Amino acid sequence: MAPLLELDSVRLAFGGLRALHDLDLYVNEHEIVSVIGPNGAGKSTVFNVVTGIYRPGGDIRFDGKSIVGRRPHKITNLGIARTFQSLRLFLNMTVKENVKTATYGTTHATPIESMLRLPRARREAREVDARAEDVLSFFGERLQGYRFDQPAYSLSYANRRRLEIARAMATGARLLLLDEPAAGMNPNETHEITELIGRLRDERGYTILVIEHDMHVVEGISDRVIALDHGEKLTEGSFHEVANHPDVVEAYLGRNPEALQQ
Amino acid sequence: MSPIGVDEWVARSGDRRQQHSGPLGALSRAYARVNWWQRLLVLAALGVAFGQIGANGFQQIVAFNSVLYAILAVGLNIVVGWAGLLDLGYIAFFGIGAYGYAMFSSHALGSLLTMTGGAELPTIAAVPIVLVFAGLVGMVIGLISLRLGGDYLAIVTLFFGLAFFEFVNNVDQTNLGGNNGIIALLPWHGFGGEIRSTIGYYYVVLIILILLMAALHLLNESRTGRAWRAVRDDELAAEVMTVPVNAVKVMAFSFGAMVAALAGTVFAAQQGNVFPTNFQSPILILIYACLVLGGVGSIGGAVLGGLAVTIVQQMLGSPTDEGYLFYGIILLALFWKVRPWQYLAATLAAIVGFGFAAHAIAGAISRSAIAGPTGSVGWIGSALRHWVVVPVNGETYGNILFVVVVCALIGIIRLRGIVRLVAVVPTIYFAACCWESRLSVDPAITAEIMIGGILVVMMAVRPHGILGTRRVEIV
Repeated sequence: MAPLLELDSVRLAFGGLRALHDLDLYVNEHEIVSVIGPNGAGKSTVFNVVTGIYRPGGDIRFDGKSIVGRRPHKITNLGIARTFQSLRLFLNMTVKENVKTATYGTTHATPIESMLRLPRARREAREVDARAEDVLSFFGERLQGYRFDQPAYSLSYANRRRLEIARAMATGARLLLLDEPAAGMNPNETHEITELIGRLRDERGYTILVIEHDMHVVEGISDRVIALDHGEKLTEGSFHEVANHPDVVEAYLGRNPEALQQ
Repeated sequence: MSPIGVDEWVARSGDRRQQHSGPLGALSRAYARVNWWQRLLVLAALGVAFGQIGANGFQQIVAFNSVLYAILAVGLNIVVGWAGLLDLGYIAFFGIGAYGYAMFSSHALGSLLTMTGGAELPTIAAVPIVLVFAGLVGMVIGLISLRLGGDYLAIVTLFFGLAFFEFVNNVDQTNLGGNNGIIALLPWHGFGGEIRSTIGYYYVVLIILILLMAALHLLNESRTGRAWRAVRDDELAAEVMTVPVNAVKVMAFSFGAMVAALAGTVFAAQQGNVFPTNFQSPILILIYACLVLGGVGSIGGAVLGGLAVTIVQQMLGSPTDEGYLFYGIILLALFWKVRPWQYLAATLAAIVGFGFAAHAIAGAISRSAIAGPTGSVGWIGSALRHWVVVPVNGETYGNILFVVVVCALIGIIRLRGIVRLVAVVPTIYFAACCWESRLSVDPAITAEIMIGGILVVMMAVRPHGILGTRRVEIV
């Protein structure tokens, strides 16, 4: 079976800086794949080219279709949704509205229909409401009840990260790209997010590509780990293979000075 | 510090409830209890009731204009409040509506097309054509917003607004009339009837406003409204969350344009003629003032702002009403801000005493220093006759006092406690002298100063407007 997401010698340069250099990468359906690498390795750039924010060279296929050159909202409609490393919620909208906004692509009522409350608009409004509550219920009590109508800016940092995931789920995507979901979280919350990512696949059937710096999280969730540096793939494989690979160790820690002297 | 496990919003919920006590609190709680269409019904009932009380001609015009500006503010709110696009060319769409209606309701279009007799259409046909045209122009102008944001968009759209004025003023003076405008328009007509009276047009704009508020309320809570607000908060995130940002922005411009154009058609029909000067920047600024004062992003706020600013502005044109407003605001501010009541009584007594003392001293120095006429007429004027110092030729004196009062007000903002209260006494007295000797003599100019002053104070007290919600950019 063909992979769900496939990057085929993807290239991207900012002026003279090669952010991605002939990168090949694939994610199979129902797989959880982690991307690791030092800062500036090109991890977030991978997300940006996949979601259409940058237009790369090479080819990116999702579910067999090439998605290079499509507008981001079209790509999300096809089934790829992401979260942001630096949270980008709609801060002045309520928790529920944040989630509902992401259903724009799967609803079709025109403004006229909405203003006149015609049958399709009413039906979609009900569906969207149910979908938002369903998605938020996935996070237990944290985004429930009175929180529905709170503005997003009033949420704690960890809850904002959860809300970003909820928003991505509401798009109806099959593939979730999670950009450092555990960044800025305490050990307890980190543990929770690890479980949550597992549940996303097991209970909801998502395929997940995740960027993460916390090695406990990476170890806990990954079917496969891909290490990047300077826009190139260093290695890939199971967590232990990758974590002990000499190139990966070097990328993170630098060359062994004794080895240099020899 | 909030207890562990309770976030700030929850911890502060008690404070928020406490915040509104007294009659204002009761009002806001009652407001919160009823739902949106009940509020709308109350507004409609009030509007109809006003139409029935037999207001005089001036009051009818004020009522018509205030509802018209409420419509304009609501339309502007779509673009600026929801989609977050700073559109300074908005006034042009108002003009397009008015001129569009004028073309179909006079000989202008007919002679343009070298037809005899003109291309007069019944209103039911003319208005939709004008709206569609304005919507299309709105789309084209909206295209600018795909490339430009924030200040840059504001500048470019401002030029569009100015260009419209120059266009109707200079292009084709025979048919568009140049600065003489297009005159003798047909009123709204169709189905064998026509609307000629001011009160008739008042009902037209009232119906439009109520329907518009209902429609936009539903739109705001629909996917389109959410998409607009998402674009305002974070364009990139909106795009990635399936919102076609470009289309949504253009749509916002287009909707705003159509609302403004609709207001323009009624305006032209009511006035019976259109002139380029009806669509200049001061009007745009007034519409913005309505929206900002009422609360950007809130339909109710836009309406309230539109009504309030227009009514205040038109009331200020008349010398007696102006006096009530001036002294009323001072007294209200004192009653509201000076507590406990002993301080309030002392302050009021001090102001009165200070005045008589100043009057006596000035009179002892020179008879002519107190011989000038008070600007206020009626009972206020005669009551203050022996209290304020107004010299015979009070113009320069009044000008100097005005500067003194403004400086004193700025100083008072910096002072605290009892010192501030002491400083308030002469300031208010000087303000009254300035008012009587200079400000009330030129009502038109004073009206603008007072509108500006009210806006400054209101924005300082409530930066997010009367009914707006506080908005955060980065947390």
